[in-house]
Amino acid sequence: MKRHLISAADLSRDDALLILDTADELAKISERSIKKLPTLRGRTVVNLFFEDSTRTRISFEAAAKRLSADVINFSAKGSSVSKGESLKDTALTLEAMGADAVVIRHGASGAPHRLANWVRGSVVNAGDGTHEHPTQALLDAFTMRRRLGSLDGRKVTIVGDVLHSRVARSNVLLLATLGAEVTLVAPPTLLPVTVDSWPCEVSYDLDAVLPKSDVVMMLRVQRERMNAAFFPTEREYSRRYGLDRERVAKLHDDAVVMHPGPMNRGMEIAAEVADSPRSTIVEQVANGVTTRMAVLYLLLGGADLGGEIQ
Amino acid sequence: MKTIVIKGARILGGEPVDILVRDGVVAEIGQDLSGDETVDARGLIALPGLVDLHTHLREPGREDAETVETGTRAAALGGYTAVHAMANTDPVADTAGVVEQVWRLGQEAGHCDVRPVGAVTVGLEGERLAELGAMADSAARVRVFSDDGKCVSDAVLMRRALEYVKAFDGVVAQHAQEPRLTKDAQMNEGAVSGRLGLTGWPAVAEEAIIARDCLLAAHVGSRLHVCHLSTAGSVEIVRWAKSKGWDVTAEVTPHHLLLTDDLVEDSPVGSYNPIYKVNPPLRTRADVEALRAALADGTIDCVATDHAPHPLEDKETEWAAAAMGMIGLETALSVVQEAMVETGLLDWAGVAERMSHAPARIGRVADHGQPIEVGAPANITLYDAEARTEVDPAGYASKSRNTPYEGRSLPGRVVATFLRGRPTVLDGKLA
Amino acid sequence: MVFSLADAVSHARGSAHAVLEGPDINRALIRISHEILERTKGAEDIVLLGIPTRGVHLAQRLAAYIRQFEGRSVPVGSLDVTMYRDDLRLRPARALGRTELPSDGIDGRIVVLVDDVLYSGRTVRSALDALNDLGRPQAVQLAALVDRGHRELPIRADYVGKNLPTSKSEIVKVYLEENDGRDAVLLLKEGDK
Repeated sequence: MKRHLISAADLSRDDALLILDTADELAKISERSIKKLPTLRGRTVVNLFFEDSTRTRISFEAAAKRLSADVINFSAKGSSVSKGESLKDTALTLEAMGADAVVIRHGASGAPHRLANWVRGSVVNAGDGTHEHPTQALLDAFTMRRRLGSLDGRKVTIVGDVLHSRVARSNVLLLATLGAEVTLVAPPTLLPVTVDSWPCEVSYDLDAVLPKSDVVMMLRVQRERMNAAFFPTEREYSRRYGLDRERVAKLHDDAVVMHPGPMNRGMEIAAEVADSPRSTIVEQVANGVTTRMAVLYLLLGGADLGGEIQ
Repeated sequence: MKTIVIKGARILGGEPVDILVRDGVVAEIGQDLSGDETVDARGLIALPGLVDLHTHLREPGREDAETVETGTRAAALGGYTAVHAMANTDPVADTAGVVEQVWRLGQEAGHCDVRPVGAVTVGLEGERLAELGAMADSAARVRVFSDDGKCVSDAVLMRRALEYVKAFDGVVAQHAQEPRLTKDAQMNEGAVSGRLGLTGWPAVAEEAIIARDCLLAAHVGSRLHVCHLSTAGSVEIVRWAKSKGWDVTAEVTPHHLLLTDDLVEDSPVGSYNPIYKVNPPLRTRADVEALRAALADGTIDCVATDHAPHPLEDKETEWAAAAMGMIGLETALSVVQEAMVETGLLDWAGVAERMSHAPARIGRVADHGQPIEVGAPANITLYDAEARTEVDPAGYASKSRNTPYEGRSLPGRVVATFLRGRPTVLDGKLA
Repeated sequence: MVFSLADAVSHARGSAHAVLEGPDINRALIRISHEILERTKGAEDIVLLGIPTRGVHLAQRLAAYIRQFEGRSVPVGSLDVTMYRDDLRLRPARALGRTELPSDGIDGRIVVLVDDVLYSGRTVRSALDALNDLGRPQAVQLAALVDRGHRELPIRADYVGKNLPTSKSEIVKVYLEENDGRDAVLLLKEGDK
């Protein structure tokens, strides 16, 4: 594995499978009464969050603590990209604290790449702007594998605001690496104009794609996109791209419904669909801790790879 | 004034000759000339002093990034004898007072002539015309007007500006960027921006404005200059406008002739390195090819550096937070050699046309951009095309270090620059 | 039979020396299973926990012999100690082995840890720590196919297949049918690996 996990593209097929297999073993540990492992004793993991994301932060925090790492939460919320302490100064501070890994969530695409130039430790991308969120893709793949077995040849449909979705970008890359066949479904306004260069199919017709899907992943749609004329109204979006009971009925019996959260119930997903047995939404949260444990273990559990600062 | 003989220079790459300079003028060209001082130019190419239509000198307001003094030193070292100082300073160069201040600072520095560009609209706000006539009549004799950095997007205002500057033979240099299509835009909209999750800057946002402005200029019978063309589509539109006989000129920057948007994703200096963040953005290989071809065939009239200094802290940031722009005065000729001469697209006469004659003509700069011949002002650049240099901005005269070529090996080296017969650069150093 | 090229080369040079051949290994395991039965009074409460990879196969063989001799099915599991090792930082992060406890767990049981080679004792130390997090056995015992000495911790085996005096520069390689296609214990000089 590389020293950092910044993009799902950093992972070879072997790397990805190693993470998922490791997560499988670690999942057993979360079932036992003593959930803590001594593996990362003496290692320091910094959660550097420039954006509010309690869910992701807690997930990484739990993962690091279960591996006995010391966790420092560094909430830099408010230091937006245009003001406040610069990312570089923050990085130098973390470096002085001796961070072995920095988990970064940032509103600007590429911020983890920049950070990696300035710290010696491993950088784990916990979501950067509209770029990527690789651990989300790993936990999604882990969840799919638990429900469906190997992902080779599995058909995964990702529906919604692909243009602004870091979850979609990471999932497309990782699922392609793992041999799944991804179809993106969205109004054309919410797809990158060059989406045809991505390793996936594209459709504007959700109903046509559903019967062939093993997995349907619904993306959150920000209501403010409506004001920017990406789609006319919530009602129209929901009618064309929302997952309701009638649409779910088109899925085959074993197909699962996923959502990275937080959901807009009634918008992209109907409440009864979100709460149905097909839904993996609660599992995804639990699997997040396990998958992130696997990532932290594989990045930090071995010999120091000796990163250099530019 | 002492006489200087430039020995053995190859004018536009021709046969070696001696050039005798007296009283700031080329007095004689021949063999075995002698003067009070001798400059050994054997093996060097003599070009007419370069003229830049598009330079950000940052003074007044951002003296931490560049000053007229440091910027014109960089210009001289890059072989320039005249530069046009863009108006987006603080305060904006939208009054006779500011343009005269910049002009005077240039004269005091003395490294090259500084021709201030006047803002088209007050404060670059795009709402009211600035006092264009007052700037034209001032000591700075402003002839080029631009809101560069911002687009004059209001069609009526643009029409009026084009019409108004006819009275004093001015030209509006448009920064073509449709603002709504480029809201929060970060880089060229294409496969790379899609992968990187950076808001795209579509080619059409540039092309739509250029098309509109060409039509407006034709309609009112005015001169239009298009700043930093960056797309193949823009080339097509300018080519079409010229084919109609309309008075449209265009420039391209050295970096748009060499660099592409995939550097944002993968480069020797990492991913998302804002050293490559620039306005207009780096485009694709196909755009680069189209720009080179257009510069070669004259569709694009000239090379302009868009030298845009920024202090380190404005570049050592996240991509979205970083300032847009690259410095370019000290590498322009080398980049043009690599992109145009070594590819066989331009010879040295072509380089002289695109980097000296044409920009001087467009900017109405008297005494610059004239061929090296007897009686012409002795604005001369001596260039060693055989040299190769590894770019190290630490040694640059510019106050800023934001060059995208750091560590890269570029051909050629400016050995000497003469401004009206006076050496501003000798042996690659400020004289 | 699967032989690696390195084995073939070292055999040819005669520097690798087979300490135990196929039948020797099973003879040693048969003896150990008798000793376990003796020492644990019929193996009533025991759980065999193999340390991956080869310890698990040895534990399964021991369980088979015990069933053969006493007709008793002894629970077998595996205990991966990777996450408890004290030498993690000496090598790149490694893939985890399986930890699979018998369904009745280990509380109150006599746990017999099974490993192929007992050397520094650090693996066993890690296993004891791992066990600590999994439950509270009545007692923990240790079975090793080969004890090659050079202990770095106060740990000893309760059951040993073969005591093998070695120098630290030598390497002990255990091959098992289930994993490697043949049964053998080889003693290699450093560099023969």
